[in-house]
Amino acid sequence: MIRVENLTKYYNEFCAVDQINLHIRKGEILGLLGPNGAGKTTTLRMLTGFFLPTSGNIHVKDFSIWENSLEIKKLIGYLPESAPLYHGMLVYDYLNYVANIRGLTPDQKISRLKKLASLCGLNNIMHQPISELSKGLKQRVGIAHAMMSDPEILVLDEPTSGLDPNQIVEIREIIRQIGKEKTIVLSTHILSEAEAACDRVVIINQGKIVADGSTESLKQTGNREYGIRLSLMNATEDHVKKKLIALEGISNLETIPSDDPEILSLMLTCKSKDDIRGMIYQRIKETEWILIDFHQEGKSLENIFRELTKEN
Amino acid sequence: MRQVTHIFNKEFKDYFISPIAYIVISVFLIATGWLFFSTFFLYNQVSLRNFFSLLPLIFSFVIPAITMRLFSEEINIGSYEILLTMPVTFKDVIFGKLLAGAAMVVAMLVPTFAYAITVAFLGELDWGPIVGGYFGAILLGVAFTSIGLFASSLTRNQIIAFIIGMAICFSLTLIDKMLFLFPGSILGVIGYIGADFHFQNISKGIIDSRDIIYFLSVTFISLYGAQLAMQEKE
Repeated sequence: MIRVENLTKYYNEFCAVDQINLHIRKGEILGLLGPNGAGKTTTLRMLTGFFLPTSGNIHVKDFSIWENSLEIKKLIGYLPESAPLYHGMLVYDYLNYVANIRGLTPDQKISRLKKLASLCGLNNIMHQPISELSKGLKQRVGIAHAMMSDPEILVLDEPTSGLDPNQIVEIREIIRQIGKEKTIVLSTHILSEAEAACDRVVIINQGKIVADGSTESLKQTGNREYGIRLSLMNATEDHVKKKLIALEGISNLETIPSDDPEILSLMLTCKSKDDIRGMIYQRIKETEWILIDFHQEGKSLENIFRELTKEN
Repeated sequence: MRQVTHIFNKEFKDYFISPIAYIVISVFLIATGWLFFSTFFLYNQVSLRNFFSLLPLIFSFVIPAITMRLFSEEINIGSYEILLTMPVTFKDVIFGKLLAGAAMVVAMLVPTFAYAITVAFLGELDWGPIVGGYFGAILLGVAFTSIGLFASSLTRNQIIAFIIGMAICFSLTLIDKMLFLFPGSILGVIGYIGADFHFQNISKGIIDSRDIIYFLSVTFISLYGAQLAMQEKE
């Protein structure tokens, strides 16, 4: 659907995007992840035809941004970061204007506006000025704007940034509904969002792609360490260490200070790929300890993200 | 062309949603009305010549006020990104905005027909210079609107856009009154640059292709400048 080839963008001397190659398939929900200033927005702006790259090419279907930028714009619906809409206009006037520019006929326009209003929950705010809307509502108007021509590809730049948790859930719900039929490219620096919404995640750092794959496969890559959190009662530190450190696969064991002196909290660092939780449980069962908490943590996208995008 | 119409509609409507249109039109009518009629009876002539000779100066202040928001506001709130990622080209955008600004100038001029009608009651009015005057006013309006658009494309701050636009229009209006400051060898060129000179020619009722070409070239150069400025921003 979208083929990005050696995409490079310089702002004067500064290289914002450096030789990116990417293939986005039809129907995929792709999350573009990266720290601030990694080149996410720049990449999306080139993809949507806002500006041209310094070198390289983007093909959408059979169109190239160098020759058929207008055709590509017709295929893509785009919501820039923080939805910069004309604030003097009424929501209805604004969407009407977008529909006109997108070339909808008057009949199509009415049915489309109705559909979008119910999908994005805009029915009650159609006659309010955009400047009076809350951030979440503005974002929804922005999504309606991007969806106006029922485009095959939807590009959303940080669709949930600056929203409160309820609004985030609402927007994510809308994205998930849309994503059933469309190709979506969204950028975010919120990892849980990428994990929740995307089929595939591409991590960008300093203009380069540093990881590419499904969230599951990213988690599996490499022999990464992960942690197991353990809380026990009726146990002493020395005893626990003696009992567990012998297990193969545990590389480190440290106590975490806890409020309750009765409870001993520990963090085990495991390096093996195999799950050793069963073995740990067997060991605990042999003793008089009372198990209060036992869970795996740290093997998350967050660790991978931090590892890949660390500043050197 | 369809896109130009939609952009024009939106921009023109915007003027009347916000108070800008009403303020600008009132200021324009009060200024021209006062300056024209306060001396009209002293001259004891049935003509609008004095009204038209005022126009370049008043336009230099009023038109940049109309055009200052056209690009600055878009850059400032970021809506330019939304606009340009819809299926439009830069040409559609700039012509839509130019037409909207020019339409505002026309909307501003329409009430001044009342001056002509009033004056016609007082004696025998020669309609030739009136028609020429309005034709020239529209040409001048379009040229100044493009200059305003160019100024607006330079900055995200509307006040700065207004001042730059005003400075350029003002200089073009007054430059042929300042000829004594320039060396003799370039007097011809400087004289030709003056907007007032060309406008007064047309408003006398003499339609000369040189004057028309002058206004069209000012328009073209300003629009091209605006395009370069916006590309630079991207």
